[in-house]
Amino acid sequence: MTTGGWITMILSVGFVVSIFGWSLGKVLFGKEPSEKLHSLDSIDTGDVNGDNGD
Amino acid sequence: MTNALVKEAWGSRLGVILAVAGSAVGLGNFLRFPGLAARYGSGAFMIAYFISLLVLGISICWAEWTLGRYAGQKGYHSSPGIFHALIRHPAGKFIGVLGVIIPVVIYMYYVYIEAWVAGYAYYFLFTDKLSLGSDVAAYKEFWLHYIGAHQNGFLLADGGQVIWFLLGVFILNYVIIYRGLARGIEFFCRWAMPALILLALVVLVRVLTLGTPDPALPDQNLLNGLGFMWNPGNVGEQLRNPELWLAAAGQIFFSLSVGFGVIITYASYLTDRDDIVLSGLTASSANEFCEVALGGMITVPAAFVFLGAAGLAGQGTFGLGFQVLPLVFSKMPVGWLFGGMFFFLLFLAAITSSLSMLQPGIAFMEEGLGLNRKQAVALLGLLTSIGCLFVVYFSKDIKALDTLDFWVGTVCIFLMATAIILYFGWVMGIERGWQEAHKGAEIRIPGFFRIVMRYLSPLYLITIFALFVLFNVFGWNPGTGQFKPSSYVSDLVGAHPNDVARLSVGFILVIITFFLVLIAQAGKRWNRRAAAQAAGGKS
Repeated sequence: MTTGGWITMILSVGFVVSIFGWSLGKVLFGKEPSEKLHSLDSIDTGDVNGDNGD
Repeated sequence: MTNALVKEAWGSRLGVILAVAGSAVGLGNFLRFPGLAARYGSGAFMIAYFISLLVLGISICWAEWTLGRYAGQKGYHSSPGIFHALIRHPAGKFIGVLGVIIPVVIYMYYVYIEAWVAGYAYYFLFTDKLSLGSDVAAYKEFWLHYIGAHQNGFLLADGGQVIWFLLGVFILNYVIIYRGLARGIEFFCRWAMPALILLALVVLVRVLTLGTPDPALPDQNLLNGLGFMWNPGNVGEQLRNPELWLAAAGQIFFSLSVGFGVIITYASYLTDRDDIVLSGLTASSANEFCEVALGGMITVPAAFVFLGAAGLAGQGTFGLGFQVLPLVFSKMPVGWLFGGMFFFLLFLAAITSSLSMLQPGIAFMEEGLGLNRKQAVALLGLLTSIGCLFVVYFSKDIKALDTLDFWVGTVCIFLMATAIILYFGWVMGIERGWQEAHKGAEIRIPGFFRIVMRYLSPLYLITIFALFVLFNVFGWNPGTGQFKPSSYVSDLVGAHPNDVARLSVGFILVIITFFLVLIAQAGKRWNRRAAAQAAGGKS
């Protein structure tokens, strides 16, 4: 593995790890809580039974 | 239209991010990307790749999230409905046909590939069927026989084992999708995506600790394997190769699932309070993490360590995945476990993608035809079953699969993405689009993306599409300047046409016509609803 290979690998992997870590951190620990809307069980999609008509 | 029409919703921000990331992360992250990077010299390739990520990937992604949510707030969740809301012209909704047929048709063959992967995971974990010795030819022959590539109708006539895997994954997809957006797709992706990453990390640790497995072949060691993947060649010269740019842009484009009709549908279930800038960035970066940090570190280095450079020469995505890697795992200590884990993670990557391909079709049938979810699932199930049987029956040389993938899974996606970015930058207008994108946003898109999304993205996309047509349709040879139509064209109109290719294109046209008729009916329904609401508003 050449020096250029190390640089390419570290920059490429480092970039995607950094941006993924940063954005995931924002989602999980940012101002807006990730579970802000409602729990799964509380959602009535309204289209499983009955008509979807208007 | 009012929000009262919105009947489905995501359960959480993390859930929608995982669902979109699951849609994007697929086999290409672990099989196609590493092969391309190694082939084109990773230094130059990664430069083109990251430029494409900024200009094409993330830009169109944000545009798609924005347009989807904007139209969703008007009560539309299917691609035809979304374009009906966006383009106030009777023809507008017909542009949206692309956002339905792309995922529906891709599902027809993608679920078949998903079955291959599921079968390989099962074979590694519970049988010794993939202990085929040290000759890659044995693995190739096994795979060709397994998928029925030797003759049409073989799998259905002789009941090949892959059919049972296909039946299993097909039913599993529909069971999950039937449960709905939050209870089905989101619930599944919430455990499947972390599990996928965890499995990949375990396999990665195994690969990074391989050292020099065969002391008789000291050059085949991990460092040289990483070097084979990451060593840059002559960067300046390689960057002048248009095929490298086409490959890098194409990888970004298809990897992120932009222009599929999936993101625009998923985003339509969000509200103005949701942060689509951060969600889009997180979902895209999750895909990049899986592709570069996991896929780029696992596949090629592992194959090099056991087979050397010669073992990787000339292998495409399927060759690498279903011929080279099974041989690699068979040579690895405890390879049955790591092979099983690797193919199971590929299965998770595949099923989170195939699930996303069903929701656009269901959304259209619900809001366009007035079906409930059970009816929509049944109708889409019937339609995709017919298409899947078509692909499975015409399995010789995977001609039907390849033809559908080229014309729908590539050409139509380019057209859809072009429509989205042009609408965002030029019809909605960059300032209005900018405002829409930032509603509820915790982070801001850097200002220079105004120029990128208005000018560079469409220009770059159209240039790449032109290059794609030149190389892959007209068969342009930049060295000689001559043109020789590719097999995708000569199979249809050449002196020796291929019947299966012609049937496949005919099948695509039938599907498009079918959905255009349904969209015309849906348009009447939407107009009646708008008229009724307008009348109600006046009274």
